[in-house]
Amino acid sequence: MSDLETFRAQTQSWLEANCPPEMREPVRDDADVYWGGRRATFKNEAQKAWFEACVEKGYTVPAWPKEYGGAGLNAAEAKILRQEMSRIGARPPLSSFGIWMLGPALLKFGTEGQKQRFLNEIARGETRWCQGYSEPGSGSDLVSLQTYGEDKGDHWVVNGQKVWTSYADQADWIFCLVRTDKDNKYQGITFTLIDMAFEGVSTKPIKLISGNSPFCETFLDNVKVPKSYGEDIPAQVGEVNRGWDVAKYLLGHEREMISGMGGGERTAAIGASMKRLSAKTGDELDPVLRAELAMFDVDALAFTAMGEKFMDEMKAGKGHPAQPNMMKYTGTELNKRRHELMMAAGGSRSLEWESDETRGGTPARSWLRTKANSIEGGTSEIMLNVISKRILDLPGA
Amino acid sequence: MPLYHTEDQAMLADTASGFMAEEGNIAKQLRHWRDRDCKDGFGHALWKQMAEMGFTGMLLDEDDGGLGLGHVEAGIVLEEIGRNLTPSPFLTSSVLAATALKHGSADMKGRYLPGLIEGESVFAVAIDETAKHRPSRITTKAEKSGNGFRLSGSKSFVVQGASSDMIVVAARTSGSDEDEEGVTLFAVPQDAAGMTQNPVRLVDSSMASHIAFEGVELDGDAVIGEVDGGRAILNALLTAGRIGAAAEGVGVARGAMDLTIDYLKQRKQFGKLIGEFQGLQHRASHLYSEVEVARAVVIKAQQLLDAGAESAELMSSVAKAKVAKAAGLAVKEGVQMHGGIGMTDEYDIGLYMKRDRALQEFLGDAFFHAGRVAEMSGY
Ligand SMILES: Cc1cc2nc3c(=O)[nH]c(=O)nc-3n(C[C@H](O)[C@H](O)[C@H](O)COP(=O)(O)OP(=O)(O)OC[C@H]3O[C@@H](n4cnc5c(N)ncnc54)[C@H](O)[C@@H]3O)c2cc1C
Repeated sequence: MSDLETFRAQTQSWLEANCPPEMREPVRDDADVYWGGRRATFKNEAQKAWFEACVEKGYTVPAWPKEYGGAGLNAAEAKILRQEMSRIGARPPLSSFGIWMLGPALLKFGTEGQKQRFLNEIARGETRWCQGYSEPGSGSDLVSLQTYGEDKGDHWVVNGQKVWTSYADQADWIFCLVRTDKDNKYQGITFTLIDMAFEGVSTKPIKLISGNSPFCETFLDNVKVPKSYGEDIPAQVGEVNRGWDVAKYLLGHEREMISGMGGGERTAAIGASMKRLSAKTGDELDPVLRAELAMFDVDALAFTAMGEKFMDEMKAGKGHPAQPNMMKYTGTELNKRRHELMMAAGGSRSLEWESDETRGGTPARSWLRTKANSIEGGTSEIMLNVISKRILDLPGA
Repeated sequence: MPLYHTEDQAMLADTASGFMAEEGNIAKQLRHWRDRDCKDGFGHALWKQMAEMGFTGMLLDEDDGGLGLGHVEAGIVLEEIGRNLTPSPFLTSSVLAATALKHGSADMKGRYLPGLIEGESVFAVAIDETAKHRPSRITTKAEKSGNGFRLSGSKSFVVQGASSDMIVVAARTSGSDEDEEGVTLFAVPQDAAGMTQNPVRLVDSSMASHIAFEGVELDGDAVIGEVDGGRAILNALLTAGRIGAAAEGVGVARGAMDLTIDYLKQRKQFGKLIGEFQGLQHRASHLYSEVEVARAVVIKAQQLLDAGAESAELMSSVAKAKVAKAAGLAVKEGVQMHGGIGMTDEYDIGLYMKRDRALQEFLGDAFFHAGRVAEMSGY
């Protein structure tokens, strides 16, 4: 047996032994997702056991180095683990912006001290992070951001407002874009790590059309942010005034994540399950809807292959650096189409907003939530702008 | 297996791309033969050159004189064929017919393979009997006659049928028209008595033939594989052919897209390059995204087929349908973004539109394959 075959066999038996059956069921609601953090609670024993087993093995962040809480898997091993987890339908043991966004940025730009501390905390689910980029006046045009950090020697005093900060009310720390030089647009932003327990940080939830409130306004009023959190742990990632590079790098990872290309539900074909769904209410798939579903499934299955190719190429250092923008554009538009079709196949039953049968209106709420996919992390129009400029090299883009 | 080319495959891609751009380009092949009303629709000299390159027998086993390569490699050649709109017998002879002949007897291989490998012979495959691809229905009959068979019926739109030395014919040896079983494949030589060819030129200047079989007498050794056991071989050649056609389609899409993006960087209106207009930028970027996804699913399907995976059949349909959509978009956006010049015969973008239209129909269009995806998925 080759090393990889051995690894696959070991992974299969490890998953068999450690992933409880409940953790192989599809995620039904927010409580099924474990986000970690100071205030986190487990929904049940199975969720806890699965999470702890993964922390122990380094499988909350399998591809990160062991010294930072990962399992140090190489690209081929990580792919096998993904495949085996998806084969048994294993849920991610831990979801977090730390894993998807801040972690990759720290791995690339962080100091050794920052990595030791923050990556380990993320891997063990101890700290929950949120992302402070957008401001009321700075959305797509992010670089115009105004939140200002005044240099006071050993600390900054930060003032400003962030908006659309996902899960800010449940987060422990915020990675925040702060202007530290008003005269320099791109080279005047510092990527700052701020403990949300600091005085002057407050949040106010915003209700979405889906009825949920997963994001907030975040206010920073005279927040005193020390320049250092300890030996070799500066408060900023990368250099002062060079946070834009870090911000952009992180956005690449965010876009990959939102594209849903990691596989799982968001890229799977749906036709067969929609046929079962309509059978439940005594309906039959309309032939024209069936045709649309088939066309959708072609796109979805093709995009699954795209996700695999994208990952393989990234890991091998091939592929265009701006490709995450294409992935995000295509993946999110696909996901919106998926939910439109799911609503159509479900008929009036999908309209129910609170019923037990729909587990509290999941179809409708999810459908509405997907509309944000092509807005958050950079809108579809911005993705197309970036592809035009960086990949197609079109004039004036 | 990662979803990108190995070093060897990347080298082959370089070679194939250089060769096709040099020898198979639009001026030298497609326009040349079209403008001379060539009865074959392709050049035999190029076919010989492709043999010298090792392309013609690349899918055949080394024991049979081939290179023993797989569908990723064949796809590399096909993508370059697509990009250059190179008319050639490669897809039908070296992919479809070759896949069938792999199942032939030693004697049959000896009869046909050397000619293919040398670039002397051209083969066709006759499956469809109407204007739409529908391989589930085979009505052409082969009845026992002495030691052999008597073939009667007709086949339509056989690509390069009249130019071929031999035609692989799917015929019914038992059961009724729609039966899964009871199909047999025959290798029918061009000079078989009772076979009449009625060639027609298609929109892309390629040639297809309507073939009538009126009591064509065939020896028993014309049977490929087993009598009544042709369906499995037919399915194998269809899967290979569809994945091959999808690879060619990716080439067509990329060729059309490259021409169009170039044009956006040259043409000025309102004092600006038209590529500066966001309305066009967004459409170009959407097109790029679709073509990327199509490329990904094609290499996925090729790898699955080479690995002998069962899911290759499903992915062949996903690939054929996805490429049809992406390439269709590429040629339509291509013509539109060129404006008036896109409608002229002199400019190449229209040639891409024509080739794409023919490839869409070949071995099943997006509707056919999306329908198959639905059936295979259980709805
Ligand atoms: C569910 C959700 C979660 C989010 N979470 C976070 C978070 O955790 N942290 C965070 O910092 N932010 C978050 N965001 C904010 C998100 O990044 C912004 O909403 C996004 O960048 C768009 O900015 P905007 O809302 O100001 O829209 P605008 O920029 O005002 O855009 C309005 C419209 O104009 C279009 N447009 C703008 N500029 C151009 C252009 N140049 N060319 C063409 N069209 C253009 C846009 O595409 C859009 O259609 C979240 C958003 C959502 C919906």
